[in-house]
Amino acid sequence: MALFKKNKIKNSNYISSKESRNISKENRRITNEIEKRRNRKNIPREEYITQMKDPNNVVEFDDLHTYFFTDIGTVKAVDGVSFNIPTGKTVGVVGESGCGKSVTSLSLMQLVQRPQGQIVGGSIRFNTGEEVYDIAKTPTSEMQKLRGNMISMIFQEPMTSLNPVFRIGVQLDEVTQLHNMDMTKDKVKQRSLEMLELVGIANSEGVYKMYPHELSGGMRQRVMIAMGLACSPRLIIADEPTTALDVTIQAQILELLRSLKDKINSSIMLITHDLGVIAGMADFVVVMYAGRVVERGTVEEIFKNPSHPYTIGLMNSKPTVGKKVDRLYSIPGKVPNPVNMPNHCYFYDRCDKRMDVCKSKYPEEIYLTPTHGVSCFLYDEKKGELENGR
Amino acid sequence: MEDKAIRDQDSDDIILEVRNLKKYFPIKAGVFSKQKGEVKAVDDISFKIKRGSTMGLVGESGCGKSTTGRTILRLIEKTSGEVIFKGKDVYGLDKNELRELRTKMQIIFQDPYSSLSPRLPVGEIIGEAVKEHGLVPKDQYEEYLDNIMTSCGLQSFHKDRYPHEFSGGQRQRICIARSLAVNPEFIVCDEPVSALDVSIQAQIINLLKDLQKERNLTYLFISHDLSVVEHISDTVGVMYLGSLVEYGKTEDIFRNPLHPYTKALLSAVPIPNPDVRMNRIILEGSIPSPADPPKGCKFHTRCGHCMDICKKEVPMMKEVEKDHFVACHLYE
Repeated sequence: MALFKKNKIKNSNYISSKESRNISKENRRITNEIEKRRNRKNIPREEYITQMKDPNNVVEFDDLHTYFFTDIGTVKAVDGVSFNIPTGKTVGVVGESGCGKSVTSLSLMQLVQRPQGQIVGGSIRFNTGEEVYDIAKTPTSEMQKLRGNMISMIFQEPMTSLNPVFRIGVQLDEVTQLHNMDMTKDKVKQRSLEMLELVGIANSEGVYKMYPHELSGGMRQRVMIAMGLACSPRLIIADEPTTALDVTIQAQILELLRSLKDKINSSIMLITHDLGVIAGMADFVVVMYAGRVVERGTVEEIFKNPSHPYTIGLMNSKPTVGKKVDRLYSIPGKVPNPVNMPNHCYFYDRCDKRMDVCKSKYPEEIYLTPTHGVSCFLYDEKKGELENGR
Repeated sequence: MEDKAIRDQDSDDIILEVRNLKKYFPIKAGVFSKQKGEVKAVDDISFKIKRGSTMGLVGESGCGKSTTGRTILRLIEKTSGEVIFKGKDVYGLDKNELRELRTKMQIIFQDPYSSLSPRLPVGEIIGEAVKEHGLVPKDQYEEYLDNIMTSCGLQSFHKDRYPHEFSGGQRQRICIARSLAVNPEFIVCDEPVSALDVSIQAQIINLLKDLQKERNLTYLFISHDLSVVEHISDTVGVMYLGSLVEYGKTEDIFRNPLHPYTKALLSAVPIPNPDVRMNRIILEGSIPSPADPPKGCKFHTRCGHCMDICKKEVPMMKEVEKDHFVACHLYE
């Protein structure tokens, strides 16, 4: 019996070398084709300049698909994600590791590892204020003007994202210089010092001359934020900005981000797995699971009335200070294998409210209020009511 | 056996007592590696843990939580002080006694990716110490292993697999099974869930709690996540720069924190409720270097209630309420 079980489990993930070769051959064909299209010279501007659906948004993700073509099959890391980031607001993206939240943000920066990682469908519209770019189609040369200048990113690990062999000042100057070629050296330095003061570093002259290893984790993260803000971007992507930091330092950094957002009037896309951070920072929340958005809404709607079983499970599985529970709720099972996703609801195997209908197809998104959307069959009957009421 | 366990619990029996424990690491520099100074990683810590209970140890990174755990287990040698486990000083044992003690005290490490040997199959990892100490007869060994694995939520066919085939949560289960296999009484959990996803964290915390009930285990739970510590602990110690600043029952610490550092730490915890965007006490600056800690109270450089005396005198641990100790001049 034991032997039989073992074989069965092995078979499900097993690929022969012949199959694997075929897969990689097919992958190369697909990625070469996409790369060829990307690398054309003099791509006409009409191809990547579009219009926003709502001019108040900075970013509109529209049915984005980012796939990774690996030797064991295609991993659909982001599979049909749509959401908007309004100007001057903070949008929080929550989910467990591997749910595609980082890949979504990397797609927006065009930093997905090519050629195996590719945006294969959908569009990302980015509003620079004058023009609207479709980032999925923008060529690299144009993208370089947006990156850092219009969109900047703060990474999780401040130590590995700073270069250890250059002084802080040199690294900060580089950003400003690259995007403002005609600035004099003195002006660039002055700008860097201003940025350091803006993020709450009192000893800005001293820090300007230091190396990254001389700073503590919180200070390094401040430098990273200063670097991100150097060109007053319209959008800041903060990818788990406080996960590597202590609670007390986390509180400092979050407070800083909140005050800065108002000062320079930009939007923040905050990626985190900590619901507490989201509650304190975000205006809108997007909950992702296995490459798709399962629930979205304003921060009040998500926390007062979480509707998708996954969101509810996520909230119950984290103990809260001041709320005593005997036993934590734990979501059973684990995320399905990203190579062969089921064709029904991805959460079916782990859901405690599953029904027969859940196994038929992937649920459509149902809007409980104009801003609160959820992809779950539980609310299917309500859909009719809501539409009649309107 | 069970009777004894119950009796022990009733009589308030203390399984572990730490008295004035100190661990200083030397700083060496120069051609002849002369000692230039000391990092006071653990500086005069005392506490007691009851059998079958959990003590949480919280603090920022670099405050000496992990060093405390490891010095208790004698994984690193102390500088001075005493660690008394079941009435015996851990540091007074000879080689054979220490070997025996190793089965009674175990540790679960933070990172399940680096604490498992990639070259050994899981069965071997879990069973190695059992074989080494000859805990079960050879003919019962396989059955014993299966039992341990099942109780930790692993299946017996996992035995022949290697660690890289498992996810983070399952690896942490393997680590737990490994430490349980030698039938310990006391386990140091050194941030066992901080490398895991939220939903997996809940599974591991529930597992640790179930095992504690089943086997009457005692935990020293080291974590920087206050919400997890509140959930799992009976008593809590708050550390700052190598010293214990507050110590007491979990309810007392979380309902009525006394030390300014504990207050700041608690208010910094993000709460998943958008209505509670409250006034946080935000500490200025970061933790000072333990190689050159501030004079007097170590917290005075960041404290909002700093007085003159704080800069000169080191506050002593004082029992302010019943079973609630705090080291702060405000309460003298």
